[in-house]
Amino acid sequence: MLRLAPYLTIALLIGPVAAGILGVVLPAFGYLPTLGGTEFTLAHFAALIEMPGLAVSVLLSLAAGLVTTFIALLIVVLFVAGWAGTPLFRVLHSLISPLLSVPHAAAAFGLAFLIAPSGWLVRLTSPWLTGLSAPPDLLVINDPLGLAMMAGLVVKEIPFLLLVTLAALPQTDADRLSHVATSFGYGRTAGWMIAVLPRLYRQIRLPVYAVIAYASSVVDVALILGPTTPPPLAVQLVKWMNDADLAMRFLASAGALLQLGVTIAAIAIWRLAEIGFAGLGRRLAVGGYRRVGDRPVRAGAAAAMGLAAAVVLFGLLVLALWSVAGPWRFPDALPRGLTLDGWMRHLDGLARPLTITVWTGFAATVIALVLTLACLENEARTGKSGGDRALAVLYLPLLVPQIAFLFGLQVLLLRLGIDGGMAALVFAHLIFVLPYVFLSLADPWRAFDNRYAEIAAGFGKTPAAVFWRVRLPMLVAASLTAAAVGFAVSVGQYLPTLLIGAGRLPTVTTEAVALAAGGDRRVIGAYAIVQAALPFVGFWIALAVPAILYRNRRALRPAL
Amino acid sequence: MSGRARPDERSLRLEAVTIALKDRVLVDLSLTVEPGTVTTVMGPSGSGKSTLLAYIAGFLPPAFAAAGTVALDGTELTALPPHRRRVGLLFQDALLFPHLSVLGNLMFALPQAVRGRERRARAEAALAEINLAGYGGADPATLSGGQRARVALMRVLVSEPCALLLDEPFSKLDADLRGQMRELVFAAARERHLPVLLVTHDATDAKAAGGPVVLL
Repeated sequence: MLRLAPYLTIALLIGPVAAGILGVVLPAFGYLPTLGGTEFTLAHFAALIEMPGLAVSVLLSLAAGLVTTFIALLIVVLFVAGWAGTPLFRVLHSLISPLLSVPHAAAAFGLAFLIAPSGWLVRLTSPWLTGLSAPPDLLVINDPLGLAMMAGLVVKEIPFLLLVTLAALPQTDADRLSHVATSFGYGRTAGWMIAVLPRLYRQIRLPVYAVIAYASSVVDVALILGPTTPPPLAVQLVKWMNDADLAMRFLASAGALLQLGVTIAAIAIWRLAEIGFAGLGRRLAVGGYRRVGDRPVRAGAAAAMGLAAAVVLFGLLVLALWSVAGPWRFPDALPRGLTLDGWMRHLDGLARPLTITVWTGFAATVIALVLTLACLENEARTGKSGGDRALAVLYLPLLVPQIAFLFGLQVLLLRLGIDGGMAALVFAHLIFVLPYVFLSLADPWRAFDNRYAEIAAGFGKTPAAVFWRVRLPMLVAASLTAAAVGFAVSVGQYLPTLLIGAGRLPTVTTEAVALAAGGDRRVIGAYAIVQAALPFVGFWIALAVPAILYRNRRALRPAL
Repeated sequence: MSGRARPDERSLRLEAVTIALKDRVLVDLSLTVEPGTVTTVMGPSGSGKSTLLAYIAGFLPPAFAAAGTVALDGTELTALPPHRRRVGLLFQDALLFPHLSVLGNLMFALPQAVRGRERRARAEAALAEINLAGYGGADPATLSGGQRARVALMRVLVSEPCALLLDEPFSKLDADLRGQMRELVFAAARERHLPVLLVTHDATDAKAAGGPVVLL
């Protein structure tokens, strides 16, 4: 059984992606017999190119993918280069890490509530600073260039890239390398960039590509903060996919392939830039360019990092405030009173989406955790790990734009008659939960000191007994943390829920995004706070359980 | 005690054991460790000392290629899975299971044949033997280094192994403690007529062990 686990996991990661892409390739070229498409044709691509605003949509998607990843990575790299090991680094790191679990939609709403013309920033500065007594007539969010959308993406990409960077750092021998560089007279930042970054970047390349893929095909953040006429490509595709006119599905399929192409192009452009930067870096290194005076760079990196954390934190604060706000007229900095009326009114409406969110997340996480444990245990017993190729498979569902294969998968599930049910929804979430659970648990599991297992075997304990009585109990905290990551990923899923749930299974996330257009800040605040709170509850449980279980075991008690 | 062998067969015998990593041969030796005696294998780090113990215990990583016979108690070990080889391991770290109490560690190690109340009684008697009576409920993380080393030794002894493999077991202890632990370990092995294979890079370990010394 255990030996089959890696194959089952690989099948779960590759199968839906491959089937989903096939499911859009055929209709894109005109073949979809149920809708009368029996001949292969390029007509749908021709129609796609004729769609008004398509070029702008494509450019927005490309820009969102490349610009946000570049800015977020630059901030993270300069921050780690300039500050790793300092007290300020520890403070900002502990502020930013929890923000990773804030769902994209909640963070985007928070940003919108802060920077909108009638948002908190303007209210806090009006009228004493701005002189405004009515919201200015500016298009700050949903701006046609997508700047607000990109800002929303950057603040969410920073915690993710910081996490993967810090996870890779110990394997790069960073401390010694940068000490050597500093001893040659290099400034802290320059020395780090020349000595450590090349090694580090190799380790974080796949997560960086995953960020590009995500940002170039994002839907929920784009619906909340992004431009509308025309929207980024992925948002346009969702509209076509949900069009009452079923013939639009041919167009949507051709569009899904275009989205796949856009994301591949974004990653390809990034790859070329990588090569360029590497060459530039080598020339600088050989040239001995030392750049000792890096204080402005360091200060800028720390400020950008602090700003990113502040945006999400204050965004959550203003969401919470709106959810309990009584009358709150512009330009008052605070509401005239607090009331739970909004919550009471929407409690009934919240119950069903909340139940679906929790159960879907729970089921997908449990399945992902069992599969991950089985794979890792098999690896521990055979002494063989999947290596780089297995890592690429893990990243596959994160590198292929969701919209490029979920639509095809939806059509496939529809044909099989299992769309729109809980099982299908859990399956769709599992595709994205599984890689994150695996990636979170693999490192601590592989770092386990196997001499414990050898000693236990010397006592006559079978491999099963070693797993249940030694390895798993010692890795409870790591397993629960991985589960909490998986649950957070599930809670944040928008597109899989929308497409595979076929609109019949609303979650807190789909409901919150659907409310965006309505603009009722009290309801949005309530839904977004619930959405953001769920992952926190998951992480809290992941800390509390080992703390209680091992309250008398110092070595295994998490530091609370 | 196991009745499956005559006393003269209770030795640990290695015959033409070779271990290679890629094309480099790390280990190539034959030796017999008589019951109640300690044979010391010495060599610098990277010479394959620990690899030899991993081969005997059944944990050789797949990257290594190994051949040769290991016989214990008259049984060929290399064909057996690790948990049926009955070789007790001691490392330089005590490696007490951090999720179990001190008593739990000892009870975990007891053979399955010991049942019911007898398990607890045996574990408590073992603790008393190393002057740690009353420490049964303690968290292993709260013990001193010397206490941990003693519990680790007692834990492997109560598991009734047919041989002991020691991987630099004294190297992390300070000088006083090192002498005491050496005496304790070697005396216990003599008393129980266990063949002991010790790998170390410390010549005083080998001298204290008093048995044959093999250089890698």
